[in-house]
Amino acid sequence: METINYQNFRIDAENICVDYNGKVALYDANLRLKPGQICGLVGMNGAGKTTFFNALTGFVNISKGKIRINGESVRSAQKDQTIAYVPQNEGIDSQFPISVWDVVMMGRYGSMNIFRCPRESDVQAVKDAIERVDLTDHLSTPIGNLSGGQRKRTFLARAIAQRASILLLDEPFSGVDIRTEKLISELFIQFKNEGKTILLSTHDMIHVREFCDLVLLINKTVVAYGETSEVFTPENITTTFGGISPDFLFGPES
Amino acid sequence: MELCSFLTLDSFITDPLTHDFMRKALLMSSLVAAVCGFLSSYLTLKGWALMGDAVSHSVMPGVVVAYALGLPFSLGAFIFGVGSVALIGFIKQKSRVKEDTVIGLVFTGFFALGIVLVSKIKSNIDLHSILFGSPLGISLSDVKQTLFISLLVVILLSIFRKDLMLYCFDPRHAKTVGINVFFLHYLLLTCLSLAAVVGLQSVGIILVVAMLITPGATAYLLTDKFDNMTLISVLSAIISSLIGIYVSFWFDLETGGSIVLAQTFIFLFAFLFAPRYGIFKLKKLFAGYK
Repeated sequence: METINYQNFRIDAENICVDYNGKVALYDANLRLKPGQICGLVGMNGAGKTTFFNALTGFVNISKGKIRINGESVRSAQKDQTIAYVPQNEGIDSQFPISVWDVVMMGRYGSMNIFRCPRESDVQAVKDAIERVDLTDHLSTPIGNLSGGQRKRTFLARAIAQRASILLLDEPFSGVDIRTEKLISELFIQFKNEGKTILLSTHDMIHVREFCDLVLLINKTVVAYGETSEVFTPENITTTFGGISPDFLFGPES
Repeated sequence: MELCSFLTLDSFITDPLTHDFMRKALLMSSLVAAVCGFLSSYLTLKGWALMGDAVSHSVMPGVVVAYALGLPFSLGAFIFGVGSVALIGFIKQKSRVKEDTVIGLVFTGFFALGIVLVSKIKSNIDLHSILFGSPLGISLSDVKQTLFISLLVVILLSIFRKDLMLYCFDPRHAKTVGINVFFLHYLLLTCLSLAAVVGLQSVGIILVVAMLITPGATAYLLTDKFDNMTLISVLSAIISSLIGIYVSFWFDLETGGSIVLAQTFIFLFAFLFAPRYGIFKLKKLFAGYK
C-alpha cells in the first residue's frame, strides 16, 4: 500500500466540520489539491462554500477534522502568507476611503514589520501586481470610483502581491465586464503554469467546464468530487442543487 | 489681519484666556477632542456607533463606584466599559435575541445602575457634571489622568493605525495573512472605553458618543483617503471644542451641549456642501461658473 505524502498536497482537508453556535454549516468535507490544479467549488447559496473558504483561511475554527496546507497547520500557512483570499465584490465596503495602491499594499502587510512600513521590495511587488491586472492608470483611485471589474482586479492584485501559492476566489466572475473576465482567465493560466493552486466558487457552469481541472460539488457536505469531465454530470448537479434539474438551471443542454 | 485687530473679536478670543479655568478647559477639551476624533474615523468605518453609545453609557456605574471608593474614576469607568462589551457578546452568543436589542438593553441597564448608585451613595458626587460634563471645573488630578489616558490612546492608535484600518476594511484578509484579529478587536474596544472616559469630562456621559462618531462622519463626507479622514476628523473635533467653549463662555450656555452642537453644525455643513458627497456638491457648482 502506498503511504500518502502530505507534502505533495497544497490543500488537504480531511473530514472537516464547521458549526456556528450548534448550527452545522459543513460536515465531513474532504478536499485534496496539488500544485497547479484549479478546482471549482459549486453549490447553492448557503451550501457552505464561504464556510469552506473560511475554514481554509482559519477565519472560522473547524470543530472536527484536519486541515493541512503544504503539510502544515493553517496557523503556519497564515504566517507564511501561503493563502490569499479574493472576496466577492459584495463582501467588501466599496465606500471605504482607500485607494487601489493601499488595497494592494495590504497584500504585503503580513510580511512587514509591526508599523507596516513598506520596503523597496514591497513597493516593487505592489507595482508589479498592479501592472499584471492592468490598473497602472488607477494607482491612487479610491476603490469607490472603480467599476466592478476594476475592483475585482484590485483584489486579485492584492493576492498577487502577497505571493501566495494558494488562491481562494469567491465568485471571481460575478459582476465583471468582458475585459476583466478575459484578463482573469489569462491570469488563471499563468497561475497554473507558476504552480499555484486555485480554488474558486462560481455560479456559472460554463466557467467550471472552461477553467476547472477538478470540481467539488457541495451541499453542506461533499456531493461529488473529481475530474470535471467525470464528476460534473447533470445527475450530480441535480443532487447538489436539491433536486432541481440542470435543464431548469442552465437551459437545455448546450 | 484686519479682522484680528478688530477690537471686539480680539477680546472675544483673548478675554476668556485671562481666566485660568478657561485656559485649562480649552487645552484639555482640545486634547480630548483630538483623541476622540482620531478614534472616530475607525468607529464610523467599522459601523460601531451603537457600540460607542453602549460603552459610553455603561461607564456610569464605574465612575460612581470609583468616586465612592476614592479610586481614579477612569479605572472604574474602564472596567465597566469593557465589562459591558463582554456582557453584550455573552448574551448575544447564548440567546436568540438580536444584537442591537442586546446592546440597547445592556447599556441602559448599566446606566440605570449608575443612576441608582448615585442616589444611594450620598457623597459629593455631582450627578450633573457626570451626565453633562464639566470642562470648566477640571481638577489637577483629572488633568493628569486625562493626559495619561489620551497619550496612551494616541500611542496605541498610532502604532496599530494601519492594522486597525485593515481590520475595519477586511478582517478576513487580516486573518488570512496571520494578523491577530482578536487582538485588534479588543484593542479597538479598549481605546473606545478609554476615549469614552476622557470624553465624558468634556461633554458628559450622555453626549460623549457624539465626540466618538460625529467628527468621523463629517470627515467621511469630505475625503476618499483614510489618512485625510483621520486628519479632518481630529481637526473638526478640536475646532468644535474651541467654538463650543467660547460660545458657552460668552452666552452662558451649557458647555458640553455647545461643543456637541458645534460638531453637529460642522457635520450639517459638510452634509450640504461637501465637494463630492454633499447635497449641493460645491465642486459641480463652481465648475458651472468656469
